[in-house]
Amino acid sequence: MQAPSPSLIAENLACRRGDRLLFRRLSFALEAGAACHVTGANGAGKTTLIRAVAGLTTPYAGEVRRTGALGLLDERTGLDPDLPLDKALAFWFGIDRVAGADEIMARLRLDPLAEVPVRYLSTGQKKRTALARLMGQQASIWLLDEPLSGLDSASQGLVSELVREHCAGGGIALIASHQPLDVPGMTAFAIEDFAPTGEDA
Amino acid sequence: MIAALLRRDLAQFFPFTGSGAALPVVFFVAVAMLFPFAVGPDANLLAKTGGGVVWIAALLAAILPLEKLVARDIDLGFFDQLKLRGMAEEAMMAVRLVAHWLSFGPPLVLATFPAAALLKIEGETFQILILGLLAGTPGLAAIGLMIAALTASLRAGAALSGLLLIPLALPILIFGAGALARQDQVSLGFVAAISLALVAIAPFAAGAAIRAAREN
Repeated sequence: MQAPSPSLIAENLACRRGDRLLFRRLSFALEAGAACHVTGANGAGKTTLIRAVAGLTTPYAGEVRRTGALGLLDERTGLDPDLPLDKALAFWFGIDRVAGADEIMARLRLDPLAEVPVRYLSTGQKKRTALARLMGQQASIWLLDEPLSGLDSASQGLVSELVREHCAGGGIALIASHQPLDVPGMTAFAIEDFAPTGEDA
Repeated sequence: MIAALLRRDLAQFFPFTGSGAALPVVFFVAVAMLFPFAVGPDANLLAKTGGGVVWIAALLAAILPLEKLVARDIDLGFFDQLKLRGMAEEAMMAVRLVAHWLSFGPPLVLATFPAAALLKIEGETFQILILGLLAGTPGLAAIGLMIAALTASLRAGAALSGLLLIPLALPILIFGAGALARQDQVSLGFVAAISLALVAIAPFAAGAAIRAAREN
């Protein structure tokens, strides 16, 4: 799983939403162990960038190259709302062949919620469940879209901790968030720096 | 991964396990039950027209599950997560087609037994009706899946899918119900052929549709 060492490279990326160009000439290269924080106001294109990097949408220009499996955490959990939490997670744990499901559940304090249907969970609880799914996936590249939104301060600290561990283990994390994360050595860029200026229009 | 997905999809859509999934079958029987009340208990008239009624009821029942068939999982980000794990959209849609048909075709065929009794359909007509439904429902499921995927990102998708299914299902209806009128098994071959072609293209059309839905 760990070999070869993961990398995530974006070159001259440009993305549109509708007819509007959100950013252009965006390039970055992340090697094993690197974390990168993308900041930007709402609507600046953070989510669009994450989805383009994930390969879910086709960028308007430029390309993304990667080595390693992708894990995505965004506002959509991918969990069946009618199922109890443990059953909904079990589907993804089954697909990802997770061995230590119990530890992951305990770590994210999900044990007391195991029998609650996903649709009754609060925003923060859903986010923690999605984090459990992400951890189980064991992907070497993490794409996190607003991982802190809806979480209490204890859980926010946990997200930083998980990212630190992930990167210490040779993983890559690209994090789009307007909130700060406590990850030493994390690089950062503002997506507004790549917004088109008059000359591009 | 395919097996796990099929199990999950079946749990979602199979009658009496998924949420409100039994509705199409109940609707189907209800239509068959209402018809004798509307036209009167004349056995000859019922036997002559009943087969067509069963076909129309099947077609309308095929519309009911479409709303939840694809749009819900797009909103959940479910297909996105599968995509990140390397599964092609075409494979997701092929699995969904199988699950959709299994949860609506065979239950409908079973429900035809009480429906046929209510409509006084017997003997060879009954045989042709059952065979026709077995041959035609995969085609209806395939049309339904394509429409559900195409309209998933539209606001009025649910209302639109019903309108779109009816003209597309006409060939199946014409040959399927036509086989009953002429007591002719050859038409069933046409039904099966149309179904086969639809089943073959549906995963690709629906897969392309959910890929396109991500772009907006």
